[in-house]
Amino acid sequence: MWDYFKLIILGLITLGAAIAANYARDLAYQVNMLTVMLAAGLTFLWTLRQTDEEKPNLSHEYNDGVVRAGVIATVVWGVVGFLAGTFIAFQLAFPALNFEWAQGYLNFGKLRPLHTSAVIFAFGGNALIASSFYVVQRTSAARLWGGNAGWFVFWGYQLFIVLAASGYILGATQSKEYAEPEWLVDWWLTVVWVTYLLVFLGTILKRKEPHIYVANWFYLSFIVTVAMLHVVNNLSIPVSIWGSKSVQVFAGVQDAMTQWWYGHNAVGFFLTAGFLAMMYYFVPKQAERPVYSYKLSIIHFWALIFLYIWAGPHHLHYTALPEWAATLGMVFSIILWMPSWGGAINGLMTLSGAWDKLRTDPILRMMVISIGFYAMSTFEGPMMSIKAVNSLSHYTDWTIGHVHSGALGWNGMITFGVLYYLVPKLWARERLYSLSLVNWHFWLATIGIVLYAASMWVTGIMEGLMWREVDAQGFLVNAFSDTVAAKFPMYVVRALGGVMYLTGALIMTYNLWATVARQPQRGAVSVAVPAE
Amino acid sequence: MDMYSILRHFADSWFLIAMTLFFLGTVLWAFRPGSRAVHQETASIPFRHEDRPAVAAPDQKGGAK
Repeated sequence: MWDYFKLIILGLITLGAAIAANYARDLAYQVNMLTVMLAAGLTFLWTLRQTDEEKPNLSHEYNDGVVRAGVIATVVWGVVGFLAGTFIAFQLAFPALNFEWAQGYLNFGKLRPLHTSAVIFAFGGNALIASSFYVVQRTSAARLWGGNAGWFVFWGYQLFIVLAASGYILGATQSKEYAEPEWLVDWWLTVVWVTYLLVFLGTILKRKEPHIYVANWFYLSFIVTVAMLHVVNNLSIPVSIWGSKSVQVFAGVQDAMTQWWYGHNAVGFFLTAGFLAMMYYFVPKQAERPVYSYKLSIIHFWALIFLYIWAGPHHLHYTALPEWAATLGMVFSIILWMPSWGGAINGLMTLSGAWDKLRTDPILRMMVISIGFYAMSTFEGPMMSIKAVNSLSHYTDWTIGHVHSGALGWNGMITFGVLYYLVPKLWARERLYSLSLVNWHFWLATIGIVLYAASMWVTGIMEGLMWREVDAQGFLVNAFSDTVAAKFPMYVVRALGGVMYLTGALIMTYNLWATVARQPQRGAVSVAVPAE
Repeated sequence: MDMYSILRHFADSWFLIAMTLFFLGTVLWAFRPGSRAVHQETASIPFRHEDRPAVAAPDQKGGAK
């Protein structure tokens, strides 16, 4: 019965999207609607072929198919995102790469949101969804709740990524950093995200363990908070239901504050809480010992939740935002040092008594260096939120360097560690194809990050000092173009750092592929096909 | 008073106290007597049920190291 209902809905969506594509007022909307039509049509055909088929009872095994799909998507989107980032780094160093024939489509301004969304939402988001599905099943000792709802979350999220990316290139953007997608894509993501929340919560509710493991607390806070941030920051009214343009409900400084409340908590809950959940499951697993202090992990969780949400105003120092709000953001950012370092120490000390593993296990080394980068960038961030430091660092490349030491070092490295852990397990292989390739990846990525961060520190501080330099009469010494010219060598170094990081990711892609394709399957395993 | 001022006043007085107390409560709760055994048991969750879900009854000791 449910299948027939689904077919009716999918048929209506296909038809509706076709009509919308016909009435479209702009190209981005038209392409988005054609994409929706195609996606709904294909899902219709797939559902049709499954209708009235016997559904096997799978409650005695985990739903790992959706995790495997998520792992593949993470790797693919990661490479796409790193490639886009490296390319736009070269565009900044060599403006001629903003090709004349691609003007308006592939210039820096169009590719930059494509890069940020690809790495944060496509790479990071898929890593979070896949790992959360893996972890919540194992720590609840229960199969993923909701049957195929997990698959809906996976494919729905991929559709969100494709709609957002094609929209950016064709000009649909609401110009909010890290929240660029227009209203139709936002609405779709809301549907997918609520389903994600239901699947995750449903699995926790039917758990067979008496307690909820700490990783699930972090995942849950990530899912709930991102839902709240996404809805509030995207309160906008479409100009027409046949077009992608919308108008924000908030205006002026309220809009700016809402945006950075969103923006900073996207860092705090998407890139921090969610990835800390990975740390709390995969580091103990890889080190083969429980987390250093479970008490500390509880305090870490609540302190992080209570403090992070207030830190947003530090993005708006010396603006129209009232001074008390900026001070509030600064103070809470500094207090955040404590839970951040508490969590990092908890992760690192999990290895106490097993430090020798760092010499032999490059996967564990990857996870440990990611925690190191987490500690470093959560030290740097609060420092940069201090008003006096911010007056030098804001609007300079220092900010970009800070973001990348966090994103490449913390989010990237822990994700690589998790991927190396998951692939042999999910595809039932004895071990990874090559540990020496993991070593190559480790060193290429690490040196790449060091080049990136160091060059951005130099160029950021230089730029900040050049902007504020005045002569004896009080006139500014440097024109803006002087600072741009002075940054050239550091831009080249940064782009080379990106090349190294991308090369590392390509090596990982080959290694993971070879792990599955070039090695025999282990005997009886968790991914056994249903008995027939 | 207008809605903004009422909410603003509430936010930096009673609600601030409530949140602070809740937070301190979670810390005290973590250190309550007898929590050590519970935490050790909870911290070892990742080392059970690696390959398949628990069958029927809660299997708390299975596979624990």
